[in-house]
Amino acid sequence: MGRYIAKRVVLLIIIVFFVSVASFFLVHLLPGNPAVAILGPNDTPQNSAILNKQLGLDHSLWVQYFIWISHVFRGNLGQSFTTHQTTTNILANSFPIDIELIVFSQLMAFAVALPMAMTASRRPNRLFDQFSNSTAFGFLALPPFVIGPVLVLLFAVHWRVFPGPASYVPLTQNFWSNIHTMLLPSIVLALGSIVLYFRLLRNDLISTLQEDFITMARSKGLTDRRIMWRHALRPSSVTLLSSAGVAIAGLIAGTFVVELLLQLPGLGFQLISSINQDDYTVVQGITLVVAVAIVLIQFFFDFIFTVVDPRIARD
Amino acid sequence: MTEIAAAMPEETASLGPLGVLLPGGAAAPDHGAPKKRLGIFFWICAGWIGLIILVALFANLLPLPNPDFQNFAAPQNGAPGWGHLLGTDDLNRDIFSRLLFGSRVSLIVGFGSTAIGLILGGIPGMFSAYRRGRVDTLLNTVSYIVLAFPALVAVIAIGSFWGHQLWKITVVIGVFSAPLIFRIIRASTLSYASRDFVMAAKALGASDSRILAREIFPNILPTIVSFGLIAVAGVIVLEGTLAFLGLSVPPPTPSWGNMLNEGASLLAGGPGQNNPWLVIFPAAAMFSLLFTLNVVADKLRSHFDVTEVKL
Repeated sequence: MGRYIAKRVVLLIIIVFFVSVASFFLVHLLPGNPAVAILGPNDTPQNSAILNKQLGLDHSLWVQYFIWISHVFRGNLGQSFTTHQTTTNILANSFPIDIELIVFSQLMAFAVALPMAMTASRRPNRLFDQFSNSTAFGFLALPPFVIGPVLVLLFAVHWRVFPGPASYVPLTQNFWSNIHTMLLPSIVLALGSIVLYFRLLRNDLISTLQEDFITMARSKGLTDRRIMWRHALRPSSVTLLSSAGVAIAGLIAGTFVVELLLQLPGLGFQLISSINQDDYTVVQGITLVVAVAIVLIQFFFDFIFTVVDPRIARD
Repeated sequence: MTEIAAAMPEETASLGPLGVLLPGGAAAPDHGAPKKRLGIFFWICAGWIGLIILVALFANLLPLPNPDFQNFAAPQNGAPGWGHLLGTDDLNRDIFSRLLFGSRVSLIVGFGSTAIGLILGGIPGMFSAYRRGRVDTLLNTVSYIVLAFPALVAVIAIGSFWGHQLWKITVVIGVFSAPLIFRIIRASTLSYASRDFVMAAKALGASDSRILAREIFPNILPTIVSFGLIAVAGVIVLEGTLAFLGLSVPPPTPSWGNMLNEGASLLAGGPGQNNPWLVIFPAAAMFSLLFTLNVVADKLRSHFDVTEVKL
């Protein structure tokens, strides 16, 4: 167990190192010189020499990397060329939006997928099971960038149940209006998770319900509801929990899509507008933070899962 | 809790369709089961994919207006009708024509990136699983590290620095799909590498490449095809997401993701200015392609008895 965790931590450190190197060197794949991009019309040899010195671009690449990474460890991710906001500041404002979206959508997904899987697995291959199975299969072909615009068209533009694009208000400013705005994007994100959780949980529940201890519980005269919640659910949620890390990491593409769709100023929205404005420091900073966050989430779920079920470490 | 052991994710899940391997009568299913059929639904879906491919190939020969032509005689954001089957977009271009030409981007990236992934991931996967040893351990670790990279973020970042031409997008997505394909092919090869018929071939003095090509490859082919089609669908989703974010092949090149992006950006204008058809048609096209790919892959997988592999 200790060895397993040690091995995972070493792998984590290697991965985080590679992620940071990749985020750093991406800027240097850029054709041309950042100083030229920043100075624009003021690009005289003298100015660019001064700026190169200020930006530390006169050092060798590896020296620059170590300067950059030591700044990162002190919480300094540089400054935007265009708005002169610090990247840390941009991140602090946009990260909560992504967290809110992910938390909302996951709550919704579990609230729908859990009862759906329980009902379906009680009578496998009967009407409800077949119906929900084929619906889930259909929704596999509806990623956020396909279903998102359609739902916005229907619910925000046509029926006006939810506010349309560009109506974001911070949570601290107006709580209910914020929740109202965040519902539609959360539903778009939740759809994909519902399909995934339903499929995993249904399959595991069906095989658990055929186990001897369930027959035992039945013969003791326990109610179906009690058997489902107290006996079948826990052993059936192993696959579900083990894929939670990957599932949450996979949500990031969806959050980018809904943020752009509804113009919510989250990480994805900020990343894309920085890309469009050639704001390389911000792109670099957001890439690093998002990539490291995803790696850490996956590691965290792996780790929790090993503690919950030590058999995994034995492989 | 021991009952759940069967449900545990296992590293080297065996993919072996046992029935296919055992000689003649020994594996014959009981009660002389009728030959398995793929069913009419499979053929309808496969036919739809074939139709989309044909249309993409021969779009030039069809009597369509140029997808980039801004026909100022046609109404802006016009509704579907006889002149323009699926209506016109905000720049007076024919949506039907853009939809048919736009299928090219999805198909080229979908099949192109998967082919690159199969070459970069599949071939090393077979060799790695067959030879084992230090190279296998190294490649395995490398595949873990690359897989831990969030592919979308990496592809966005590389694209924004390298450029958004079709071939570049195809190459970048192909490279990032390689580790996953490596793991699938490796796991699949592992389940055959120490089988008796491989030993027999070895004993008869067959070379390694002959064993891989003639003994192992035919057995893992069903896995390659069914997982390959799922990979194609996954890659199309990734390209579509990038295009929707405005980070794939740039406009005015028609692609379904670009069209959805345009349609969605018009939604901000409210009921008066938006064009619902510019959302509905590309969304329907994308759904139909992804859905049929999923159906075909799923049916093939159960037909060849390929069990799902845990990565």
